[in-house]
Amino acid sequence: MQRKSLDVWVGLFIVIGVAALMFLVLKASNTGSLSFGKTYAITAKFDNIGSLRPQAAVKASGVVIGRVGEISFDDKTYQALVTLNMDEGYNFPKDSSAKILTAGLLGEQYVGIEAGGDEKNLVAGDKIARTQSAAVLEDLINQFIYSKAAEGKKDE
Amino acid sequence: MSNLVEIRDLHFSYGKRAILSGLSMDFPRGKVIAVMGGSGSGKTTVLRLIGGQLTPRKGQVKVQGQVVHKLNTAGLYLLRRKMGMLFQHGALFTDLTVYENVAFPLREHTDLPEELIRNLVLMKLHAVGLRNAAALKPGEISGGMARRVALARSIALDPELIMYDEPFAGLDPISMGVTANLIRNLNTALGSTTVLVSHDVKECFAIADYVYFLSQGKIVAHGTPADMMASTDPYVHQFVNAEADGPVPFHYPGKSLADDLGLGVKA
Amino acid sequence: MSVRNLLSKLGAPLRDFVEGIGFAARTFFEILRLSPGLIFRRPHLLVEQLHFIGNYSMVIITLSGLFVGMVLGLQGYYTLNKYGAEQSLGLLVALGLTRELGPVITALLFAGRAGTSLTAEIGLMKAGEQLSAMEMMAVNPIQRVLAPRFWAGVISVPLLASVFSAVGVMGGYLVGVQLIGVDEGAFWSQMQGGVDLFKDVLNGFVKSIVFGVAITFIALYQGYQARPTPEDVARATTRTVVISSLMVWWLDFMLTALMFSK
Repeated sequence: MQRKSLDVWVGLFIVIGVAALMFLVLKASNTGSLSFGKTYAITAKFDNIGSLRPQAAVKASGVVIGRVGEISFDDKTYQALVTLNMDEGYNFPKDSSAKILTAGLLGEQYVGIEAGGDEKNLVAGDKIARTQSAAVLEDLINQFIYSKAAEGKKDE
Repeated sequence: MSNLVEIRDLHFSYGKRAILSGLSMDFPRGKVIAVMGGSGSGKTTVLRLIGGQLTPRKGQVKVQGQVVHKLNTAGLYLLRRKMGMLFQHGALFTDLTVYENVAFPLREHTDLPEELIRNLVLMKLHAVGLRNAAALKPGEISGGMARRVALARSIALDPELIMYDEPFAGLDPISMGVTANLIRNLNTALGSTTVLVSHDVKECFAIADYVYFLSQGKIVAHGTPADMMASTDPYVHQFVNAEADGPVPFHYPGKSLADDLGLGVKA
Repeated sequence: MSVRNLLSKLGAPLRDFVEGIGFAARTFFEILRLSPGLIFRRPHLLVEQLHFIGNYSMVIITLSGLFVGMVLGLQGYYTLNKYGAEQSLGLLVALGLTRELGPVITALLFAGRAGTSLTAEIGLMKAGEQLSAMEMMAVNPIQRVLAPRFWAGVISVPLLASVFSAVGVMGGYLVGVQLIGVDEGAFWSQMQGGVDLFKDVLNGFVKSIVFGVAITFIALYQGYQARPTPEDVARATTRTVVISSLMVWWLDFMLTALMFSK
């Protein structure tokens, strides 16, 4: 009867629809960078995190090796406390440093890890001691103005 | 109980307009009862009240001893399974074939296997002479045939009460005769009660056991067809003899012709 | 005196309006209430309607998606080029489609194509007394006629919107990369880097589900309450398109505000 051929068409419609959705999910969005693997959490304190957000990338040598987790404010040391969820497969020495960098000129901010030289590696719960805060535009401008003014004075 | 349907002191209004006033009717079992009257006399409303599609303002309609508008949805649906209704132009489901239309009530209300349903459907279609049209769609058959298919559908569950809403309207004389015969014979064969709403005097009188005449929502006369033919009631007389003017006026009420043409006496 | 006149003149239409909303709400809940019975006993009704509502809309949705994607690619390129940011074309096209254009345009097209056909179909069934006949045969027309069409619409619209967005991205790719010459790698990698699965793709999907519910119900309701005359059925069809479109705009604003604010 008509029913069989209808089923085929409707089935086809649903398959195409779901395929389109899958295409969007897999090819057009950032699922690729969604890590469902295991992570270990370490913390770092910054004076200024700039526009760093949770889910931002943690990169070493430009490769994404983790994601920023929670960001909170420590009111004892008046610094920002950032939790970094590092992918299990990558280990860094205990004296590695963390910098907040900007992708491109006006891009998003991310955390860059530079490896240190310690024999022992960071494990879950450890703290990164050496950190560099985000560059704040206003401070850079002030610096530039002062240095220009100092130069001017020298010439006098 | 000898009356399948009993109507007592029925009043129904649509908004402020009174459609039916103080109606009392009996529909004895096994009989064909015609409800006749001019357009707008409220005949179709009576059918809808019996079927529970409308609720009366006052009075009651009893079917098999149950007051229809007091039933809850489940009770009403149970009652409707014992009724078959033929709507004025058939009201067939246009997206289904003739076969599927007639099979519809069987599939909905019974758990019969398809082979049995097939036999029943073909028998019902055979009764109305359209067994070979089973695969056609309503759009592919004539109005008269569609009416007959709707008839087959309304008797699919062998109902105890069959209601016809203007079954002869718009039919050619042959179809009319066929339909009238079907109505009468089916009623006898199924042992059911038939309520026939129509304004076709000749066909109704040929098959009805009893007739009610409605005018403007009230019963003006009732009796056997023979009684009606011999009646001296001016309304019945005008209706039965198809007279142009009488209690139902020819002219729309308002000013007289003399006034309209300015021939009135000036003061 | 005249204020009272004004109030009473406003009163009747206002009361009718509120009554209408009440009846609409009641019908909506009736559809939901009777749906489980439909799914378990007569799923083929739903499949049938999916075919009429979903499959028959595929052509217009696919073609529209393709053209919108291509135009986005073209216009996007011209604009981004001014800032030297052509590499982000893929990102622009994908975001525009998944967040807004996919759900909204699909919804509007659906209202026009499927919505009107639903309204007209139900209205004509009512005019031909088919719904009455069903009632008299102790079958609830809401369960048998309205519910299958409702769920078919709710399932179809998100699927159609996904197709629209996906085809649109391909259209943007065809124009941007193949025709104009934007770097293919940049096109896809920028897109993948910038389009968030949950915030963009899934939110857009949720939007289209909401639109599907609204449009399908409006279309069914307009047909269901239309008076059985040709003029009223025609008017109901127009009302479906107008009310659906306005609803889509309003819902889009509300949902966008909800989803895309911090």
